Amino acid sequence: MKNPFVMGCGEFRISYRQDMAIYKIPRVRSRVIIILTLFLIYPILASPYYISLATIAGIAAIGAIGLNILTGFTGQISIGVGAFLGVGGYTSAILTTKLGFPFWVALPISGIITAGVGALFGIPSLRLKGLYLAMATLAAQVIIIFIINRWDSLTGGTAGLVVQRPTIGNFSFDSEISYYYLMFVFLFITTLFTMNLFRSRVGRALVAVRDRDLAAEVMGIDLFKYKIIAFAVSSFFVGISGSLMGHYTLVISPEYYGIGISIEYLAMILIGGLGSVMGSIYGAVFITLLPVILRELMNLLGAFFPDLTAVFAGFREIIFGAIIILFLVYEPEGIAKMWRNLKDYFKIWPFSY
Amino acid sequence: MDFFLQLTVSGFVVGSVYALVALGFVLIYKSSDAINFAQGEFLLIGTYIALTLVAAYKIPFFIAFLITLIFSAGLGLLVEKVVLRPFIGEPVISMIMATIGLSSLLAGIAHIIWGTDTRVFPQIFPETPINIGGIIISPVYLWSLVIVFILLIIFSIFFKYSKMGIAMRATADDQQAALSMGISVKKVFAATWAISAVVSAVGGVLLGNINGVNSSLASIGLKVLPVALLGGLDSIPGAIIGGFIIGILESLAGGYIDPLVGGGVKEVVPFIILVLILMFKPYGLFGKREIERV
Repeated sequence: MKNPFVMGCGEFRISYRQDMAIYKIPRVRSRVIIILTLFLIYPILASPYYISLATIAGIAAIGAIGLNILTGFTGQISIGVGAFLGVGGYTSAILTTKLGFPFWVALPISGIITAGVGALFGIPSLRLKGLYLAMATLAAQVIIIFIINRWDSLTGGTAGLVVQRPTIGNFSFDSEISYYYLMFVFLFITTLFTMNLFRSRVGRALVAVRDRDLAAEVMGIDLFKYKIIAFAVSSFFVGISGSLMGHYTLVISPEYYGIGISIEYLAMILIGGLGSVMGSIYGAVFITLLPVILRELMNLLGAFFPDLTAVFAGFREIIFGAIIILFLVYEPEGIAKMWRNLKDYFKIWPFSY
Repeated sequence: MDFFLQLTVSGFVVGSVYALVALGFVLIYKSSDAINFAQGEFLLIGTYIALTLVAAYKIPFFIAFLITLIFSAGLGLLVEKVVLRPFIGEPVISMIMATIGLSSLLAGIAHIIWGTDTRVFPQIFPETPINIGGIIISPVYLWSLVIVFILLIIFSIFFKYSKMGIAMRATADDQQAALSMGISVKKVFAATWAISAVVSAVGGVLLGNINGVNSSLASIGLKVLPVALLGGLDSIPGAIIGGFIIGILESLAGGYIDPLVGGGVKEVVPFIILVLILMFKPYGLFGKREIERV
């Protein structure tokens, strides 16, 4: 073990194996273990309110990672995440409440069905790019929510459905702490899977499609196949996220899956960092905490300006929009890049030129 | 049959407003390859301003309307300069997210200033419906149709003969070539955003007269996207024809299918048409096909 207080200042990769490694340098492994431990002991230290915030952010992060696979890594813009979350949530709710499936069966099925729906709406992506594709996914958003709203007998229409927390035998995931750990397991699997996906042939093909699709095709990548794979894998995680969120909030109704949610998820991956797995998590945490922090700020300032609380909704929209624009202008690669810059700065600190 | 005609006529009127707002989209897309997701908010703010001038300050409608147009042009210029300038030539997703951020920002401002209640324009056009060959049309509809047509004609002339219009078309065609011919592309972009904000404000005022004004008016921005795509994002006649097609189909679907499924069809019809169009003609009815080379 080297001196833990000395930062590594050069990584020299001399084999492909090293280049592909998850832990680029040995110290990263210990850092990852420390961070994971911190996350594991977090609910023991925090109050239920903060645990629930962490759970919501974690579940959102699963969906954000899913969206990042599609938009950040493969370059296919989707404005339909909200509806795909809805497909996941509703599938799981219908399976558990109407057909009596246990949660553990309904969860993967909801992922698979969402993947199928995602792939279906991904079909136009062969011919459409950029803006036109964004429009197609926007259409998916509107059409899916319309179906959910109108198919009363199956989805409960605008009233929605009430679901139960999952159980194992006699143990129910009723408490905040238990659901936190449930979320943590799924977030961990999702992160691990996605990180590994982009070390594989498929993942590299997806990145090639993003960088220059025609060039990728010339190199023998079947564009249609890989775009559909991207849509399916991405929607799978979005569906899982929707199902987990539904069983956490216990109520599922169309208003939770509107276009505003789609935009929030896009903002997550954009602010976190496009094409970065950790970035999706940072972004999800950021966007989840933003209204909470603003609310606190409002309460603080409300003592001096009582009118302020009345305009909270508008104020939140303004801040949300301003943050998106500021990130786009000043740090288009998001929080992940800021974090990297910080680390790079301290690598050579205090002798930075 | 009367029911059918009635629906067609009202669809035609709403379609003409769609065409006007879609024109805003197309202008911006043509000159700078960007799509403006904040179009709906431009429309909303323009409408609120006109409403405030007419209702609170008792300014005659025509003058209030002119002030609104000037203000909207200013808003467009400001937004282009402050928000959009850095994104010229950036990837599509930056552009999309920037205008989405902008729409959230403007919606928040409108929300704080004007609240969320529905407000109604004071009576401006006469109320008695006009009967034309068995079809009953309220004068508001007739007036908006007339105004839209006048505007569309003005724009056609503007693009065909005026110096700025020609410069805009040149920039849309090839920015580099336009620059080397001494056209100020910056000025063209600014003018585009100003015009786009103005046409959406006009659309908003007309719609506000028909339906009343509240924050949901901004959703027109999303609804008009299918219109612009149907005609082809870079075609001005396309936007106009697309507006009429979607307006009429939407109105017919609302009249005939809504009773069967229980409402809400109007909102989804443009998007179903959009999916079909994208499947069969990815660049819309009159859009320019892009040919890519590696």
